[in-house]
Amino acid sequence: MARISLKDVRKSYGSTDVIRGVDIEIEDGEFAVFVGPSGCGKSTLLRMVAGLEDITSGTLSIGDRVVNDLPPKDRKVAMVFQSYAIFPHMTVRENVAFGLTIAGASKAEKDAKVAEAARILQMEPLLDRRPSQLSGGQRQRVAIGRAIVRKPEVFLFDEPLSNLDAALRMDMRMEISKLHKQLGTTMIYVTHDQVEAMTLADKIVVLKGGEVQQIGAPMELYHHPVNAFVAGFLGSPSMNFLDVEVVEANGDAVTVRNGALDPVTVSRASGDYVAGGRALLGIRPQYLVPAADEAASALHGTVGLAERLGTETIVDVALKDGKSLIAALSQDAILEMGAPIGFTFDPAKCHLFAARSA
Amino acid sequence: MAMISGENHGLRLAVRYAVLGLIAVIFIFPLVFMVVSSLKPDQQLLLDTKSLRAFLPVGDISLDNYVAAFQRAPVGLFIFNSVLVTGATVLLSLLVCSLAGFAFVFINWTGRELVLGIILATLIVPFETIAIPLLLLMSKLPWLGLDGLTWGWLNSYRVQIVPLVADGLTIFLFVQYFKDLPGELIEAARVEGATWWQIYRRVVMPLSGPILATAAILKFLIMYNQYLWPLMVVQDESYRPVMVGLQYFFQLNRAWGEIMAYLSLITVPVLGFYLVLQRAFIASIASTGVKG
Repeated sequence: MARISLKDVRKSYGSTDVIRGVDIEIEDGEFAVFVGPSGCGKSTLLRMVAGLEDITSGTLSIGDRVVNDLPPKDRKVAMVFQSYAIFPHMTVRENVAFGLTIAGASKAEKDAKVAEAARILQMEPLLDRRPSQLSGGQRQRVAIGRAIVRKPEVFLFDEPLSNLDAALRMDMRMEISKLHKQLGTTMIYVTHDQVEAMTLADKIVVLKGGEVQQIGAPMELYHHPVNAFVAGFLGSPSMNFLDVEVVEANGDAVTVRNGALDPVTVSRASGDYVAGGRALLGIRPQYLVPAADEAASALHGTVGLAERLGTETIVDVALKDGKSLIAALSQDAILEMGAPIGFTFDPAKCHLFAARSA
Repeated sequence: MAMISGENHGLRLAVRYAVLGLIAVIFIFPLVFMVVSSLKPDQQLLLDTKSLRAFLPVGDISLDNYVAAFQRAPVGLFIFNSVLVTGATVLLSLLVCSLAGFAFVFINWTGRELVLGIILATLIVPFETIAIPLLLLMSKLPWLGLDGLTWGWLNSYRVQIVPLVADGLTIFLFVQYFKDLPGELIEAARVEGATWWQIYRRVVMPLSGPILATAAILKFLIMYNQYLWPLMVVQDESYRPVMVGLQYFFQLNRAWGEIMAYLSLITVPVLGFYLVLQRAFIASIASTGVKG
């Protein structure tokens, strides 16, 4: 097990900067998830930790060692790839034992460790099969098996579930979570799926454009996002952002409004706001409560598309000012398209961001 | 409708087989002519060329030409020499060129694009232009053998093997094939602790069957058909390969039957080699689009 530290780590391809000075500390045994949209640099960062990409500048440490110039094999890391990367010409047993074979382990040692990995991952019956005879989920197990037999200090996962179907993805997500609890090893997991990030992580690192946007525990990021990007990226459906006018700014209390929104005072505003200026008001779809009557509501619009999922209803609402927002109603509701609808919400659960950060 | 399309399908199939059959006949007739002629005495052979009898084993058929060919030249030795030189060159070429391709595709080193470009540029240089300088070089190279240190490689097997081991085309074939292998397999092996040599031997080579077969066949044909280079560097009969050996039959008392017998004999190793590798060769052409 090991602590991982990235200090002002940068990566450039020629004049193009893909990682722009990243500082991340991952504690021993922690499950860290790098999350962000395509092209944000999360996979590059993971590959830099693995040693598959050079570091242009900065310091990367695993445990007590600076590993900037160490080849992958000397970093004591194991990696699970998006495409599984299991060797098609080897059986499952040979694949899982590959690292041990390379290290010159005895047959008895290999057999014992492969058997243990197979037991943990419940793949004993697959050991003598070829990868071509396995399903996607089984291949992923083989890839994980290959990673765990070497008892590395750090596990790296590069979007390991993105090739699986939704049901299998959920199963494997739980397996990976269990595996982490069982092994207690430091893990870094890269994904663009915020659900995976929220459910697996001890610590989430949100990346955009090669820069860290925010680092923290999932619920900390969910409830206290530092900017509109983080707020919009985490949570499903995504947070609604209303372009609002600042009516009054008084210390921490900022009153805002727009064409569809009656004046509302938000007390958790960060940043500087001046009366007459613009801002973004973020409201999560789950916090919108349909008002009993139009007069009592703070937000006014009409019902657009409604998706009834059984446990909740996702409604696309056309606001009075021509914009739209999404509301997630906590029960099954029958809504007529085009009918007027109003919402109330708790201002304490709203987020106010500077307009430019949208 | 279904019947019409069924008939169309049958007709199309018939035309396709007819065309393929015609092509097969065009390719096979020279071989049939060669083998059939090798069984006939010269006079009949020449007479038969005026009719389709040239392709039929009729008339005075015997193995006399084969016996005569063996008497005229050490055919067995020539075939042995060619198989030895060709076999050694093919094996060394597969090793050297695949290693070169591996280094160009998987290892990141300064100048690799430039070096690969230079190697590919050699594809357009005809061998004849470098033959003389190469001959001079070979005549001066040192060799440490059982007789101690000697100078000059002429009249040996090694002079027919070493200069022809590496070539741009084979390296290019490997480079193209390796580029299509999933890079994550190589990265996975690296993370698992494999050295470059272990990655080459345990991951890349086992996945390279089709390209190894293709490269082996192409190299085999090129090497087996070598004429100019061995003619230049080998004067000693004991190292002479089959193509140079053909000269023996064009000197005094030219006998076409014997020539045909000799050609039939030296074709056997080529056909045998092709038959062994044909499945992998066809699979490689089908999967990579490499043209032989």
